[in-house]
Amino acid sequence: MAERVGVYVCHCGSNIAGKVDVADVAKFASEHIKDVVVARDYKFMCSDLGQKMVEEDIKKEGLTRVVVAACSPHLHEKTFRRACSNGGLNPYLLDMTNIREHCSWVHKDPVAATEKAKSLVSASAERVKFQQPLEPMYVDVNPTTLVVGGGIAGLQATLELADAGHKVVLVERLPSIGGHMAQFDKTFPTLDCSACILTPKMSEVGQHENVRLLTYAELEEVTGSVGNFHVKIRQKARKVDFDLCTGCGICVEKCPRKVVDTEFEAGMGMRKAIYMPFPQAVPRVPVLDTESCIWFERQRCQTCEKLCPTKAIRFDQEDEIIEVDVGNIIIATGWKPFDCTKIPQYGYGRLPNVYTGMEFERLCNAAGPTSGKIVLRDGKTVPKSVAIIHCVGSRDLNHNPYCSGICCMAALKFAHLLIEKTGAQVYSFYIDIRTNQKDYEEFYQRLLQEGVHFVRGKVSEVTDATRRPDETGKTIVQCEDTLTGRQERYPVDMVILMGALEPQFDARELGLKCGISCSMAGFYTERHPKLDPVATMTDGIFIAGVCQGPKDIPASVVQGAAAAARVAGMITKGKVMIEPIVASIREEDCSGCRICNNMCPYNAIEFDETRAVSRVITALCKGCGTCVSACPAGVIEGAHFNNSQIFAEIEGALWDAVPPAGVPGESESAGVSAS
Amino acid sequence: MKYAYYPGCSLEAGSAAYDVSVRAVAKVLGFELEELDDWNCCGATEYFSQDELVATSVIARNLAICRPDQKELIAPCAACFLNLKKTDQLMAEHSEVRSKVNEALAAGGLHYDPGQVRVRHLLDLIYTDIGEAALREKIKQPLTGLRVAPYYGCQVVRPMNGFDNTEYPMKMDELFTWLGAEVVDYPVKAHCCGGHMTQISEGAAYELIRRLLDSAVEHEADLILCMCPMCQLNLDAYQALVSSYFQKNFQMPIIFFTQLLGVALGLDFETVKIGKEIVSAGPVIKAKLGAAPSQTGA
Repeated sequence: MAERVGVYVCHCGSNIAGKVDVADVAKFASEHIKDVVVARDYKFMCSDLGQKMVEEDIKKEGLTRVVVAACSPHLHEKTFRRACSNGGLNPYLLDMTNIREHCSWVHKDPVAATEKAKSLVSASAERVKFQQPLEPMYVDVNPTTLVVGGGIAGLQATLELADAGHKVVLVERLPSIGGHMAQFDKTFPTLDCSACILTPKMSEVGQHENVRLLTYAELEEVTGSVGNFHVKIRQKARKVDFDLCTGCGICVEKCPRKVVDTEFEAGMGMRKAIYMPFPQAVPRVPVLDTESCIWFERQRCQTCEKLCPTKAIRFDQEDEIIEVDVGNIIIATGWKPFDCTKIPQYGYGRLPNVYTGMEFERLCNAAGPTSGKIVLRDGKTVPKSVAIIHCVGSRDLNHNPYCSGICCMAALKFAHLLIEKTGAQVYSFYIDIRTNQKDYEEFYQRLLQEGVHFVRGKVSEVTDATRRPDETGKTIVQCEDTLTGRQERYPVDMVILMGALEPQFDARELGLKCGISCSMAGFYTERHPKLDPVATMTDGIFIAGVCQGPKDIPASVVQGAAAAARVAGMITKGKVMIEPIVASIREEDCSGCRICNNMCPYNAIEFDETRAVSRVITALCKGCGTCVSACPAGVIEGAHFNNSQIFAEIEGALWDAVPPAGVPGESESAGVSAS
Repeated sequence: MKYAYYPGCSLEAGSAAYDVSVRAVAKVLGFELEELDDWNCCGATEYFSQDELVATSVIARNLAICRPDQKELIAPCAACFLNLKKTDQLMAEHSEVRSKVNEALAAGGLHYDPGQVRVRHLLDLIYTDIGEAALREKIKQPLTGLRVAPYYGCQVVRPMNGFDNTEYPMKMDELFTWLGAEVVDYPVKAHCCGGHMTQISEGAAYELIRRLLDSAVEHEADLILCMCPMCQLNLDAYQALVSSYFQKNFQMPIIFFTQLLGVALGLDFETVKIGKEIVSAGPVIKAKLGAAPSQTGA
């Protein structure tokens, strides 16, 4: 029996209709495509009226297949599947073809665009006739959640879920949770103490009955899918027995080896070989750094082992793999600071009085290496003049084209702290001042009142090459003041570089493990930039904080809470739908070659040893089609993407192709090239 | 290793020391420089500002006369290097320039497709193709104790030709560190020497030269190493004038980097033409490296 196809061409206001002659496309469908019984164009197919139209036609016209030519199925496939369902048609008998992103938005010539839309509709209509009714599956959602990253975004997400009564596994790469916020002195624009507002959250997480905290640990592998992820976590060897250690700190105190702390102190202070990164660290269990420990260097010392009152030191402790099952994953892996040596003309690493923003944070932190005294590297000279350079590695086509968002405010905060603590003359070199959040502009106004010298211009170099007598012994900042159009030289005692916020060094690698993608810059891509900013294209994986893009503390907290809310919703619902678009193997024809087994990126193919055939685990299959194309015997079929559907689609797209003259019976590919 | 060699006009006259030392160093390091047959002037800085199309065509002729087997063209002069490289880039990026230049070349029966020849600076060749390990092996006279200021000038690293950092190049610094010299962190290493400004506005030019000399003195450099004939000329030949203009007493030897590289490789002063410069470099090299270097001095 012939199918009865309905074709619906959307105007999308003027988005499609402004370029494509939608009425002509609908007319073409009804006149030229076989089995099309209804073809309509409508202003907004996604509106209630548009959906109703589809439902009514299914009932009245007895449609057995539906084609909607509109926007991307990412946006509205669900909408029209629901409309089909409401009309009494299996939702998988719908096909959406994209004549907006793939046609009207990208073409200039209306005539050609209309012809292309016809081809797309024809392809879709031919394909839809071969589609088969499918039934979705439902699986239970594991109520435990994995949060990766213990900075402020991850902490917020963890607490929201744990306080709501859900179990959370929190994995942090470093020895303590807290993230970058733990390193800061003050937060803008309120100037409250960063540690004072952060540490209560840290200790709450550390003691929460619903939180399993794994610090000094990294995500190793993620398998499974939404609702049921299986995760392997590498617990790096602390060399300290976590259960025996009481956190008394004797080992740290007595350890004879001091090294520069490049992590927490940003190179400004020292730590021991066995250490806790800072006094309020959570958990209060030290980590032994085997690269600087004397025992690991020359098998001597053992001071910590001898003095530990609970005998908790374990020189022979090895990394351990911990496996957990979770229903959802929140990635909150944060950022890394820009390497300022990449802009050598700013002198970082060469000129002693050039600092990074992170170094300055530690320098003015009361708990930092100088107890908050702002002094030069000699440890005593208080700077009388300081230059702060904005946009170092941000808004710079040679490095990162994006704006890092927070540096203007951080620079204003630094300027304030400098004036307050040292009375220094502060010069702030900016391209544009960006203070567009609540109370931020007011803070900028306050700093103008406090007498900061704002210089609008991109600094060309920071140098110790003097030209004038007043420059002797100073670090000179050369910059064109673009408001006066003059090249100026500013001899100062200290220079602070406001480096960009960059994606974590292993952001792409972690993204691959979790099956989520990164933008060009390396920040994780959200499902929708405006309407779904914390979800990703992979169901059950959410993102929060700077790993999604540069943002300040309030915005990170908002995203952490938002991601938690999304996960809580999944947990409350309890079940998640699994698309029935999966592969299946015709077992009677499978030779058991196992080529498909290792190709599957989701580990969704198992091998039945007794019958010597491969089998798809439907709950894990994502329908990617890799195995379908890899099978040498051609016995794997991808539901919704089988050969008959794809060939019909190709033929439909080539509806107007003319077969080459005089070669009757020539293969179809000849027809393709002639078009 | 065989390369096509484009010496450029300066190396035939005022900067003969550069040419002689390049060829001498090549012999020791085992790479062959085959001088391009019938090359012509690159037009220096002037021609481009007069008529871009003519300038490009004149330069492109040099690329077009490379034989098919001459895939890499080495230029030691910063201006020649920049012009040749820029021409190749212009022709690659702009089809109009490409067709117009080829129209001009056709008059001489020539044709050039961008990318056909890879233009490289001599420093890139020595740094990359010879490399650290091979260089260290060939050191006969380590430069220990000699403080050198590596001066790149403004042309060789611009515009973004990819061979070194544009704002703060380091390749020559590294090269001389391998050779044992104390390389000073010369902050003005990529600043302009004034070029031909000496002919137009001596005050402006002398100020630029003064900054370069002052910075080297401040950093207690024994000498400045150049990789551009224009820079060497300005810093060396105008040094006395700059001294009297600012009531200073500069005595800073200015030589080409290949000359000192030659010394490190065991060549004697005469072979690398040390002594051709106005402010003599010989005494300080002798003083710092001990006995006068010779073939046997290792």
